Amino acid sequence: MLKLKNINTYYGKVHALKNVSLHLAEGEIVTLIGANGAGKTTILNTISGVTPASGGNILFQKEEINALAPDRVVKLGISQVPEGRQVFKSMTVEENLELGAYLRYRARDAKAAIQKDMQEIFQLFPRLDERRRQAAGTMSGGEQQMLAIGRALMARPKLLLLDEPSMGLAPLVVQEIFRVLQQLRAERGVTILLVEQNAKAVLKLADRGYVLETGKVILEGPADELLENAEVKRAYLGKDKKEIWER
Amino acid sequence: MELGTQLLQYLLSGLATGAIYALIGIGFSIIYNATGIINFAQGEFVMLGGMVTVFLLKAHHLPLWAAIPLAVLIVTLVGFLFERLAIRPLRKATPISLVIVTIGGSILLRGLAMLIWDKDTHSLPSFSGDDPITVAGATVLPQHLWILGITLVLITLNKWFFSHTISGKAMRACSCNPRAAALVGIDVRRMVLFSFVISAAMGALAGIIVAPLTMTSYDVGGMLGLKGFCAAIIGGMSSGLPTVLGGLILGVLESLGAGLISSGYKDAIAFIILLLILFLRPQGLFGKPESERV
Ligand SMILES: Nc1ncnc2c1ncn2[C@@H]1O[C@H](COP(=O)(O)OP(=O)(O)OP(=O)(O)O)[C@@H](O)[C@H]1O
Ligand SMILES: [Mg+2]
Repeated sequence: MLKLKNINTYYGKVHALKNVSLHLAEGEIVTLIGANGAGKTTILNTISGVTPASGGNILFQKEEINALAPDRVVKLGISQVPEGRQVFKSMTVEENLELGAYLRYRARDAKAAIQKDMQEIFQLFPRLDERRRQAAGTMSGGEQQMLAIGRALMARPKLLLLDEPSMGLAPLVVQEIFRVLQQLRAERGVTILLVEQNAKAVLKLADRGYVLETGKVILEGPADELLENAEVKRAYLGKDKKEIWER
Repeated sequence: MELGTQLLQYLLSGLATGAIYALIGIGFSIIYNATGIINFAQGEFVMLGGMVTVFLLKAHHLPLWAAIPLAVLIVTLVGFLFERLAIRPLRKATPISLVIVTIGGSILLRGLAMLIWDKDTHSLPSFSGDDPITVAGATVLPQHLWILGITLVLITLNKWFFSHTISGKAMRACSCNPRAAALVGIDVRRMVLFSFVISAAMGALAGIIVAPLTMTSYDVGGMLGLKGFCAAIIGGMSSGLPTVLGGLILGVLESLGAGLISSGYKDAIAFIILLLILFLRPQGLFGKPESERV
């Protein structure tokens, strides 16, 4: 469904992605793990058209999407839940969700369909329902993460990109979010590319994984194999990561 | 005249001028919220509104009811072109260079107005005569009522647009978080264009409705722009009620200052308020520190 071939992305002179290739089949949950600054966010933003690649190809459902503007990418069916949630803080929960469906408003009978989808998001995350009229910025981190996911789903994506959704959240909330991701795949057939630093939890959820280091893919394989991989264990699954850094 | 009646008189005329400042201030805020820059050409949109209407009336003998919408349309087009030709090509530029571009645009528009028309002051007929109306001893002109009425309609429309239409919400989303706005599929550049179009239209209307009271000429944009900017600063660059109140407060203070102290101080009042707000309450008179601008 999605295929990146030899992607190179630069920030000015900083070479952030070096010949990155990866692929996702329809209905897969694939994770991308790596340390801070490895280039995980850059990969998602390159797919979304925010930081276009200077070389390589991105094929989505056999269509070349490299260098398309972000709104075109969303229109084709790829939505991103950005790092740090990035909800529209001064706007209400409802308004945030409506904006997620921004590109659908021009269609006929759009309003009814959008309302219906919003109800589905509220079923998925009942806590958002209670807070419909509340300003998004006043909610807890977990609730904002749910809203960010709900907002992305309002575009009816076929492929969902998530950037560290578990960051800063309590384990119980992370479990709830991962459960929803599984449900989305099972019920709607959404394909998911999930960036995480929390490698252990995510490798249990995902089908396959890629390990990224300084802009390069250094390992890839089925999630259970990665879980057993000595290198991954050393770098990402250690009980105390700090200990490893300091060594 | 009794003091009470006199105060009422100053209050009424102050509210009418204040309404004009509010409209201009909202124009500043809308562009600021979409782009993060102060558009110093905003006053020129106001000037063009009045001058184009005068020109359509005098040179083309259009009736007032036709000249006004046509003038608004023309100035809106100027706002559109200004964004396309001067702002968009520089989207990656720093805010300070964009601000300098708007200053350049302002000088250019003023110069063009002087070349196309002249340096004279022109008057526009009042919309419905000049027979004063007495309100509790104070007199108001019908044009004052037009100003208040049209401003009320525009502010209501503005409020409706930003809180009830998806395009208005998208514009707020862009000012709240442009990166996230792009990720939900909002074309941020189009919203910037929108902001110039709306601000130009509002500025033009302000310039048209005030012209019967104050006359107009190629250089009225500077002072009116400053007053509108002051209203927006009082309102903490909000494109809603706070800036409206900012405009009304400024208008009334000016009118009281001119009436009770001396008309020579009228323009100084805006400067003094501007400096006081910037030093003491940079978030605006009504804003909490660090609050979100909407
Ligand atoms: N806007 C930018 N300008 C310059 N360099 C950048 C920019 N954004 C990221 N980089 C650099 O690109 C590299 C990859 O950054 P990226 O944000 O993709 O990493 P990441 O894997 O998402 O890290 P984290 O886990 O901290 O989110 C880093 O070296 C970073 O310093
Ligand atoms: Mg990142």
